[in-house]
Amino acid sequence: MNAPAKIETTLKDWETDQEVRWCPGCGDYAILKAVQRTLPQLGADPANTVFVSGIGCSSRFPYYVESYGFHTIHGRAPAFATGIKLANPDLDVWIITGDGDGMSIGGNHTMHVLRRNLDCQIMLFNNEIYGLTKGQYSPTSREGTRSPSTPQGSVDHPARPCAFALGSGARFVARGFDVSKKLPEVLMAAHAHKGAAFIEIFQNCIVYNKDVFDDFAAPKGAEDRQLWVEHGEPLLFAGGTKGLKMDEGACGLVVVDVADGDWQAAGVAVHDKANRSLAHMLVELPFGPYPMALGVIYDDPRPTYEASVLEEKARACEGKEPNLAALLAKGQTWTVEN
Amino acid sequence: MASQARQDNAALAANTTPEAVVVRFAGDSGDGMQLTGGQFTLSTALAGNDLATFPDFPAEIRAPQGTLFGVSAFQINFGSTDVDTAGDAPDVLVAMNPAALKVNLPALKPGGLVIVDTGEFTKRNLEKAHYDASPLDDDTLAPFTVLKLDISELTMEAVKPFGLGKKEALRCKNMWTLGLALWMFDRRRAPLHDWLKAKFAKAPDIAAANIAALDAGHAYGETAELSGPLRQVHLDPVPSEAGLYRTITGAEAVSLGLVAGARLLRLPMFFGGYPITPASAILHHLVRMKEFNVTTFQAEDEIAAVCAAIGASYAGQLGVTSSSGPGIALKGEAMGLGIMTELPLVIVNSQRGGPSTGLPTKTEQSDLYQAVYGRNGDAPMPVIAARSPGDAFYCAIEACRIAVDYMTPVMLLTDGYIANASEPWKIPDPDSFERSPVEFLTEKNGPADADGNATLLPYARDAKGARPWIKPGTPGLMHRIGGIEKQQGTGNLDYSPANHQAMTDARREKVANIAVPDQQVELGQEGGKLAVVGWGSTYGPIHQAVRRVRKKGMDASHIHLRHIWPMPKNLGELLKSYDKVLVPEMNTGQLKTVLRDQFLVDALPLNKVSGQPFQIAELEMEIGKFFDGIPGDEGGEVDPNTAQLPNPVGVEK
Repeated sequence: MNAPAKIETTLKDWETDQEVRWCPGCGDYAILKAVQRTLPQLGADPANTVFVSGIGCSSRFPYYVESYGFHTIHGRAPAFATGIKLANPDLDVWIITGDGDGMSIGGNHTMHVLRRNLDCQIMLFNNEIYGLTKGQYSPTSREGTRSPSTPQGSVDHPARPCAFALGSGARFVARGFDVSKKLPEVLMAAHAHKGAAFIEIFQNCIVYNKDVFDDFAAPKGAEDRQLWVEHGEPLLFAGGTKGLKMDEGACGLVVVDVADGDWQAAGVAVHDKANRSLAHMLVELPFGPYPMALGVIYDDPRPTYEASVLEEKARACEGKEPNLAALLAKGQTWTVEN
Repeated sequence: MASQARQDNAALAANTTPEAVVVRFAGDSGDGMQLTGGQFTLSTALAGNDLATFPDFPAEIRAPQGTLFGVSAFQINFGSTDVDTAGDAPDVLVAMNPAALKVNLPALKPGGLVIVDTGEFTKRNLEKAHYDASPLDDDTLAPFTVLKLDISELTMEAVKPFGLGKKEALRCKNMWTLGLALWMFDRRRAPLHDWLKAKFAKAPDIAAANIAALDAGHAYGETAELSGPLRQVHLDPVPSEAGLYRTITGAEAVSLGLVAGARLLRLPMFFGGYPITPASAILHHLVRMKEFNVTTFQAEDEIAAVCAAIGASYAGQLGVTSSSGPGIALKGEAMGLGIMTELPLVIVNSQRGGPSTGLPTKTEQSDLYQAVYGRNGDAPMPVIAARSPGDAFYCAIEACRIAVDYMTPVMLLTDGYIANASEPWKIPDPDSFERSPVEFLTEKNGPADADGNATLLPYARDAKGARPWIKPGTPGLMHRIGGIEKQQGTGNLDYSPANHQAMTDARREKVANIAVPDQQVELGQEGGKLAVVGWGSTYGPIHQAVRRVRKKGMDASHIHLRHIWPMPKNLGELLKSYDKVLVPEMNTGQLKTVLRDQFLVDALPLNKVSGQPFQIAELEMEIGKFFDGIPGDEGGEVDPNTAQLPNPVGVEK
């Protein structure tokens, strides 16, 4: 497959004539803008771009992007995307899903699309709540979340999307949040990765789960609790005054103080995006004692599913003519004469 | 036909020539009975006899040896005249162990020949088969002609020169048995020799041992004829239409039909499947046909299989998925999306006994409601049912054509019987089929807007009511589709009352107006005393039963539906031209209910849900009741309740 020619577009070219129907102030607006900002930078061709979604607030996304779009059924977007990509590997496929869609009803498909490594971008909008059905707790809701279905607080332990993705064999795992200025950068990296790129995007549901991410995503004063990882750079946060060090005895990361910017003296570890063990540690860091790891946490490509399928098909077809008459008459035959 | 054979009970023993013979091979599920049956089928086809088969095996892959539930059987009906069914009662039963004898003996025709492997009638095996005493020693087998052979020992002797271990040597038993059967029916051994050499190409010793066993079985027949009850029977080839023939199973026919159907439309095919009995065979066949631009995808579940197929259709290929009842249930929501977005899709349902897991390896046709009605909302979908293995080829082509012509999912119904059974099939000439290459929309199709720019209407409809097919990747035609109700024409979200009414009506009319050929009468004529109406794999037994009662002078006609939805336009009038309508089905009356609903006809049910196909004799008896039991006497009424079989064959009480 050849890299498609880059097309010149502007943000406006990626807007549809449809009225956007999210609640005013919803984090989805910011994510939509980030995508519409990113696509021109990628040189993406609207005719060659397909947004595929499941069901939920996030899954209305395709209606608002001027490209091809398929709003499918709950949790199954990865399966549709697999068929689309196998039928036409030249299409640039984006999967839009949410915490309920992708981690609950569609958890199975999320696992398998990552395991197979279909070349696509998977944006999982995590707002830790079922918004479109009016506020029930979701598989990523924290313990004790009060909702119409859990008036006394939820009792089940939340799933961690990025840990799930790594466990499923994902070769690209990143995190961002709706209003972050760095989101387009993360999306660009995801797009550059050949294979399934999984991006968890914390998204503020202002109606049913307002400001639950404020501890690290508030517009002001939360920067110190963000750790934006970058390949080859030390794992520093809080303006470079703190860092993560590898504690070999505990086989894990610990927070250390960095004096005078001398991170080396403090023993701060350097991020390696191809280090799977480090990625596991970063996505599992308990927030609070640790900062929230954001950015491209893991990026280590391997052959894509559709490329392997096409190769296998080409091998199977080698030297074979598609002769239907011969196919029908395969095996032992006999002739009846009049 | 098996009827002639039945009329002459002692035909085999007396060395007279019947027109048809029914043989059942039965053994342990590890004894290779399906393989034996399959090879015997092929040699029978090569001899030019018409045939029908019925593989009947347990759901367990290796059920505990020697047990009653581990018995696997393969029945074949073959003859020198047309054969439509796998036959009712076998003329010959080969029982490889006591359990196989116990399970299958009740079906054997009185006076029939039973061949037993005495080597397997050990104390332990008799206990496992729940025999208090050996049936070889008491009068259990008195009504039959019995041939007691120590097949185990004879096989061991035959393969001795090859130095195999006991276990491996005994594996050749089925070939010894096949050799004997080949001799009994005057079949050539050479094709079997070739097949064994090819099958065991990497283990020449095993091939040679199997060939030796086969030859020994054959030689035994020649020798035994001189002194025992065994006689060689020769059945003349069936005079059939000139042409090239092969044997075909329903699963093969569906696969070939799908490939042919996609090629006639000039479309690549995408097949999404998930393993399930008895549908998996279709995936296994298609995966070997990649050079026909077929992509196969074994999905993580049934839902992903259908969703990926819809995704492929959206991207411009012909999406196909296949399953059996439980898997079809899982695909329901996605089928609704296919109907809503109006994308082509073929769904093959190889029906099995239900509900739930039901009878995975047994046949039933109880998914008709599911096919016609089984989705949320008003979700009309065309349904086609194959009547036989060979017919499934043509039905698959038809399903592909309708899916694309009308931009709709189509369900193709077969069943466990059709999927596994084989029959001789005249190989069609692919050039004889009409080609109709698909045209995708490449330019905007709507009127100019206020600025004079052309507009796109993804849900504009043609004369058939179908919308255009637009592939992503087409410049300038970007648009969004989904499961939410769409505005007429534009396809934009629209929940308004008038629009939903209009779109629901449009979807219903599109499917209702699908061009379906007028219903023909298979046997008999329009109008008369009784119409026997069937669909699917009951074709064979109904056809033969109606033929027999007509010979006795009863005014019964056979009508067999291929198009279950929409139904042929003339069907209502046709059914009303008869005094009575009887609907035999392997369910509790599903087509009967649909016919009553559609045409207000007093269709009467005749039902069997035992996991076994109808027998000709049982249908003949039930049809006879409509004629007061007297051949040619056309008077008499039948209480519809008595038309139900009170005690279906093969059901344990």
